[in-house]
Parts: sequence; C-alpha cells; structure tokens
Amino acid sequence: MITPQIADIWVYLSARPLLWLTLTLVAYQGGYAIYRHFGFHPLLNPVALAIVALVGTLALSGTPYQTYFDGAQFVHFLLGPATVALAVPLYAQFDKLRALLVPLGGALVVGSVTAIVSVLGIGWALGVADATLLSLAPKSVTTPIAMGIAEKIGGIPSLTAVLVILTGISGAVMAKYVLDALGIADHSVRGFAVGIAAHGIGTARAFQVSEQAGAFSGLAMGLNGAATALLAPALLALWRVL
Amino acid sequence: MIGALTTLLGYQLAGEIVVHLLALPVPGPVVGMVLLFLSLWARGSAPEPLRDTASGMLQHFSLLFVPAGVGVMVHLQRVSGEVWPILVAVLASTALAIAVSALAMQWLIRMRHAAHGDAER
Repeated sequence: MITPQIADIWVYLSARPLLWLTLTLVAYQGGYAIYRHFGFHPLLNPVALAIVALVGTLALSGTPYQTYFDGAQFVHFLLGPATVALAVPLYAQFDKLRALLVPLGGALVVGSVTAIVSVLGIGWALGVADATLLSLAPKSVTTPIAMGIAEKIGGIPSLTAVLVILTGISGAVMAKYVLDALGIADHSVRGFAVGIAAHGIGTARAFQVSEQAGAFSGLAMGLNGAATALLAPALLALWRVL
Repeated sequence: MIGALTTLLGYQLAGEIVVHLLALPVPGPVVGMVLLFLSLWARGSAPEPLRDTASGMLQHFSLLFVPAGVGVMVHLQRVSGEVWPILVAVLASTALAIAVSALAMQWLIRMRHAAHGDAER
C-alpha cells in the first residue's frame, strides 16, 4: 500500500508551489556545487546545469511549465530587487567609474550596437524566421528589460526570455577564452565587456572572478539595458528600410 | 536584512512609479537602481546591512534566471527547425559583442593615456 500513498503525496505536492520552488533551489545549489568542485570552470555554468536538471525532471514527471513556474516565480520575482541592489557595488566603484567615463560610454555604444546588429545579421543570413529574429534582437540585456523590448518591436517575449538566458550562459562560458585570446587583462575592461554582452548571468560570473569585474559588469548590464531599449527599435527601423 | 530588503523593494517601487509617470522606455528596477545609486551618493556611504544583503544577493544573481530559463521547454518545439541557426547566431554574436566592447574600451583608455602623456610633456 506504500506506492499509492507516494502517488497521492506526489499528486498533492506536484501541483503546489513549494515543491517546484524547493527543487529550483536544490537544482541550482547542486549545479553550483559541481561548478565550485571544478574550480569555477566556465564550462560548468551552474544556471545551465540547473536548467538541464529541471527540464529533465519536468519532462519525466509530465509536469507543465506553468505548474513549475507557479512555484518558481518567487525566485523569478527577486530579479527586480537584485537589479536595484546593483547600485551598491556600483557606488563602491564610483571613483574608478568616474575616471573612465569616456571609455565606458564609447564601449557601451559600440558594444550595444554590435550585440544587436550581429545577431540580426547572422540570424538572417542563416534563415531564421522573422518572429524569432525580433525576439533575438534584445538578447544581450537582462530578462525583464529584454522582454519589454521584444514586446515593443513585435517579438515573442517568453521566447526572448529563453534566448536571453542562452546568451547569458554563452557569454559566461566564452568570456574568459575570448578575453584571454585578445590579451585583455584589466578587470574593469573584462567585466564591462561581459556585462554588455551577457547581462546578469555574465555579471554573476564576473562577481565570482573579482569584485571589480563584477561592479563594472553590473554597470554595463544596467547601461546596456537602457541603451538597447533605445537602440533596438531604431536599428530595426533602419534594418527594414535597407 | 529586513531593512535592506525593504530598501531594495522600496526603490524598485519608486522606479516603477517613475517609469509609469514619465512613460520611460526602461524597466522600473533599472530606474530603481539609478535612484538608489543617487541616494548612496548623496548620503556619502552605503549602510553595512545594505552592503551585506546586496553582495549576498548578487553572489547568486544567476539563480534568479533559472525559472525563466526552464521556459526553454515551452519553446523548444516552436524553434525546433531553427535550433542550430539560433545557437550559431547567439554564440557568434555574444563572442563578437564581448570582443568589440573590450577592444573599444581598451583602445579608448590607451588613447586617453597617450593624450595625458602628451599634455604632461
């Protein structure tokens, strides 16, 4: 008689927020433990590991995403206050930031345009459908901002959310190799570049490398959120004309 | 910790209100971040509980992206014919954006150093 009882408990729990909220934290901490065990190796990104584990669990148990999200939304909600919290490391690095105003502004504009135009160009050349292209355009900025932009330019916001996270993971994984290959050693430059291209997931990675890289990455993420909100609609209008 | 959390939520709320009142194209939390930054600047220091809470939150910032990322299961079918082009476009574009931003910033820093050097001579 044990099996039906377990089944009953499963039916009860699987429909409630607690289980999926808990599993989200467990999956992330499991991913993080693996990441830490291998000396924070960029290829073992904890977000990617957690997503794979959770998608596998949901698929095997036949649980719809909406049921999962009813629980996980409490974690999702914290994106807002965490974004506000970026002001604190930003303030701590303020003197360094002020000294670098022109290089930061220049890198922001060039980097933001590169992120938008290159994904549109490459995607278009490879035959990606229009609705997907529009959802890809704001891929380098943090989830809430990117979803807002996608909605405005005619993309699919929830698809954008997924593409944003794919971008963040790619950036966190590749940054070390790209920046090492270019011989860039300065942690403020490394952090800023990662923040422009790979928003919060890149910023999380940067904070694990150093406080300085993290602060510059957080700054870049905030600035590129604003820059992309302004640039993406304008660049798309230009794209359609050409 | 509760005080710091209240501060963060309060600034987010203020950010949302400003965005709606002024019809800004940026999300509320980003404006909240700017407002908090300005407050810290005006105050001249960051209170310790706020620093602790912020650094704790940001250390695991990437956890917060997991719920939206699991949404990939909903979209996998929609984009099933485009998975490879999307992957290539995202990977190449992200690597390019990192490289171009870093090179631009480094170049601008060197230009300025060169200019300062000239001025001193």
